Amino acid sequence: MKQRAKLYLWLFAVNLFISAFTFGGGYLVVPMVRRYFVWKKQYFSEDELMSMAAVSQSSPGAIAINLSALAGYHVAGFTGVLISCIAAILPPLFILSIVSAFYEMFITNAIVAAVLKGMEAGVAALMIDLVVDMCAMIMKEQSIFLSAMIPLAFLGNFVLHINAVYILIACCLFCIGKTLWNRKKEDA
Amino acid sequence: MNIIITLFWTFLKIGLFSIGGGYAIIPLIREQVVNHLGWISSKMFTDIITISQMTPGPLAVNTSTFVGLQVAGIAGAVTATVGCVLCGVLISLFLYRFFQKHGDSRYVFEVLKGLKSASLGLIISAAATIIMLAFWGTETLKAEQIFSLLNRTALLIFCIVLFVLRKWKLNPILIMTASGAAGLLFYL
Repeated sequence: MKQRAKLYLWLFAVNLFISAFTFGGGYLVVPMVRRYFVWKKQYFSEDELMSMAAVSQSSPGAIAINLSALAGYHVAGFTGVLISCIAAILPPLFILSIVSAFYEMFITNAIVAAVLKGMEAGVAALMIDLVVDMCAMIMKEQSIFLSAMIPLAFLGNFVLHINAVYILIACCLFCIGKTLWNRKKEDA
Repeated sequence: MNIIITLFWTFLKIGLFSIGGGYAIIPLIREQVVNHLGWISSKMFTDIITISQMTPGPLAVNTSTFVGLQVAGIAGAVTATVGCVLCGVLISLFLYRFFQKHGDSRYVFEVLKGLKSASLGLIISAAATIIMLAFWGTETLKAEQIFSLLNRTALLIFCIVLFVLRKWKLNPILIMTASGAAGLLFYL
């Protein structure tokens, strides 16, 4: 019982922290979850984290919240989902309630702008650090198909501006097609 | 009471139809909140996006919190945020459980593997956007501007942070605090 309460408290605190420091879009949640759930507590593997990230991205809504919910689910079931989501929503709610009262002042403030400009470079480095490790993990599978999917999805989204939904749907169809093809070959 | 129900319903729709996260959600919110319902002005909406980017937390959550605040105070903020994330969390959980339950099916297994690769490609695309904004302050960079617009301070912070991360695997929250402090030091 005490163990359970401790786990819930940890989950709440960690999500509160993560959410309060997720500047520059929700993607920063991925390295944060990696740090606390995978490295520190070893609740799940890095591969499992990639599955969660893939599912969060394939679902509608905010990727950060979806990922927090899945991590919470993995650790403490549906109670974990509820705790994680509440903790993830609280910081924005609190901060924006204060900021909205004097937001013109906030937007034009030089100190705020300087801190944020510095953080931008930090977020960029954190993302690259994560992406390098994750690419290495996929390369380890030694599948040309899976490795090629990374640059293809990147180019489709970043250069051709294809909506993420279509890229993910195309990927699913490709995988199903490929499995069908392999099966046929094995049967023959 | 009526306005709360409308808020919830509106953001439930927004949350359900915003796949791909981040910026994909903005036109959808604008269409509903500015054009269709006339809750806030166009100028105010632009300000809201700016603030959402300047404060921690996912963009979708921040924007819905702020719109909710403007329309119906704290209760409105809570309603809009919950509405916005509800569908995504439920669908994520459903998908995740589906993948867990049917992991021994070859098709499901292959699709999940493919989705991991594709979603990594999409994460890289988001990282590339973050880098463009951090280094050059724009998402649409022309070849001849690569050096003239390059923010050398940002590049320096980025390189130091990345080096430190690769070497010592420091805590992301520490990294964010430190790069914010660096911004204060260099840009103010």
